[in-house]
Amino acid sequence: MTVIVDLGCANLASVGYALERLGVPFKISRDASEISAADRIILPGVGSASFSARQLDSRELRAVLVKATQPILGVCLGMQLLYETSEEGDAICLGLLSGMVTRLEVSAVETWPHMGWSRLRQTRNDSRLLSGIDDGAYAYFVHGFCCPIDDATVGEAEYGARFAAAVEKDNVFGCQFHPERSSAMGAKILKNFLEVPC
Amino acid sequence: MPARRIIPCLDVRDGVVVKGVKFRNHRVVGDIVELAERYRDEGADEIVLYDITASTEDRGVDVSWISRVARVLDIPFAVAGGIRSVEQAARRLEFGADKISINSPALERPGLIDELAARFGSQCIVVGIDSRNDGADFVTHQYTGNPDKSRSTGRSMIEWVREVQDRGAGEIVLNCMNSDGVREGYDIEQLAAAREVCTLPLIASGGAGAKEHFADVFEKVDVSGALAASIFHSGEIPIPDLKRYLDQCKIEIRL
Repeated sequence: MTVIVDLGCANLASVGYALERLGVPFKISRDASEISAADRIILPGVGSASFSARQLDSRELRAVLVKATQPILGVCLGMQLLYETSEEGDAICLGLLSGMVTRLEVSAVETWPHMGWSRLRQTRNDSRLLSGIDDGAYAYFVHGFCCPIDDATVGEAEYGARFAAAVEKDNVFGCQFHPERSSAMGAKILKNFLEVPC
Repeated sequence: MPARRIIPCLDVRDGVVVKGVKFRNHRVVGDIVELAERYRDEGADEIVLYDITASTEDRGVDVSWISRVARVLDIPFAVAGGIRSVEQAARRLEFGADKISINSPALERPGLIDELAARFGSQCIVVGIDSRNDGADFVTHQYTGNPDKSRSTGRSMIEWVREVQDRGAGEIVLNCMNSDGVREGYDIEQLAAAREVCTLPLIASGGAGAKEHFADVFEKVDVSGALAASIFHSGEIPIPDLKRYLDQCKIEIRL
């Protein structure tokens, strides 16, 4: 069973509906043992990194997620939580991916945060997450902080600066955009994640 | 920059989609879920659902229809109308709305914007502004969903735009009342004046009647999106045709 981790975030329902549309059974849970027994874990997130990091601690989920060996997908803030730390409220995150989440630097003509449909440029051709997705396809983004481009990056986007928009490393996957709100391309990405062998 | 957004707006009254001319004489145009699905399939970038009953009637309204929409939509959508408290906003977001949009209640109590932004983040707080060019100034109006209550606040739209962004809104929808429902094009003059002081994404509303009007507003005013209702509902301008046309005009659009 796929488990969506309940961090008290606003997009919990939307991620669930996206799985429903794919006909995939899932459970929304904040229970450590249920999450640890899941076949796949989705970590959604909207809000601030420090608030969510506190949720990880108060719900005693940090240890479970750090030890997870099953496929895990972080969405938006959920992806940022996969890194070591975030500048947003100096949050200590999960450290499943190395590096630090920083504030998105925008130019004078751009508004902060980044909100809207931007192109996802693929940086590798062996991505499991982005398989079957056109290079440059539009994805829906809403974020003010961003993840560094490194060897885990499989897709990047640009707003003010370039940043990692899709990542994968072993069992760890992340999307800075909202696949649940990115039309057919988002549905395909969720489907790809759900088809990763576990 | 992100692609320019094409945003159909569904005015909801007593659970069905309606449309009036200059905010009056509302007639039923269809079912919420059916229309939301249609716009999803046609390539809308976002949908706004504006509950015009909720905004003017002082009562708790049933918003469970939001979850019916959230189930079928795979694009973002905002809900507007009747949101006067953090609790009312939370309910709508829990039902699956991506953004909440406030208008008259923000004019009644501007601190509501600060409260909502602090609790949910600026990215999901949209402020709608109804403004009329009275010849001397652009003036903000309130309760425009109800012709009997609709009134001028006497407040300058430009000053209100400044205040709204200082208080933490994440986006502004400017509905220009002179052009609304008239289909002669967006009010470039008012929108350009707002754009000059607005540091947030600005969405144009009111007046779209032809494909050229969309190209015009994107080219003349740096708006992030353009909102329209009747021309989409009637099928007069199919969204796929509009998007292909804008693409040919070299406007960045998601096809």
